[in-house]
Amino acid sequence: MSAYLGRRYRLSASHRLHSPALSEARNREVYGKCANPHGHGHNYTVEVLVGGEIDAATGMVCDLAELDSCVAREVLEPFDHQNLNTLDAFQNRVPTTENLCVEIGKRLRQALRSDLSLKVRVEETGKNFFETS
Amino acid sequence: MILLTRRAEFSASHYYWNDAWSAEENARVFGKCANRNGHGHNYTLEVTVAGEPDSVTGFVVDLKRLKDTIEEEVLAAYDHRHLNLEVPEFRTAVPTTENIAVAVWRRLEGKIEGAKLHRVRVYEMPDLFAEYTGG
Repeated sequence: MSAYLGRRYRLSASHRLHSPALSEARNREVYGKCANPHGHGHNYTVEVLVGGEIDAATGMVCDLAELDSCVAREVLEPFDHQNLNTLDAFQNRVPTTENLCVEIGKRLRQALRSDLSLKVRVEETGKNFFETS
Repeated sequence: MILLTRRAEFSASHYYWNDAWSAEENARVFGKCANRNGHGHNYTLEVTVAGEPDSVTGFVVDLKRLKDTIEEEVLAAYDHRHLNLEVPEFRTAVPTTENIAVAVWRRLEGKIEGAKLHRVRVYEMPDLFAEYTGG
């Protein structure tokens, strides 16, 4: 019997959406106020769903404390209270929440047990969210 | 196909304990959840059903009937109860959020008229939930 365990985490970070491949006018057109030169910030919510067999002895898909420490190490420590544009992961990619979601998914996939499946959802505001699986 | 979700809430107490283990092992694995005096949560249940909207009513299911089914099959057994001590399925299974999601699925499966049970999601707290789709 398999199920998903979902856990929500919060991180605050700043970013600027601006692509060097586009002209200033085109950046303004595509990203609007998100292209303002000095950036802006969000309180992101990261929802992590980990899927797998429910262990018969514990009744759990995975150890919650281990998941928390994995997310803290792989996601919260590197991204919380940072300017995303300055981080290695976003030197060649615009730190849109789509790309942040993919990056978080990649980091967690490498860190989690390979028999667990993974879905990640990142909420940028109460209105926008992005999912990867 | 349309997915329709109905939320419901119940409050219950529980503890995590595996009789096959020593007290030390239970404390190590389950932490403060292993306190035999129990503790409680306000659970939120999301029941998602799948179906086609009826050409006459435009409904996937009769919402009142879905609400009544959730109340009769789940809330009547779980709300303001001690899950370990009063709910039969948790005499053997630890009432983790994962196992509650599975148990709710089993209580509802086949009992929703006109639509198929698609997903059960149980929130133990706003930041912790489990979902089961019948796998």
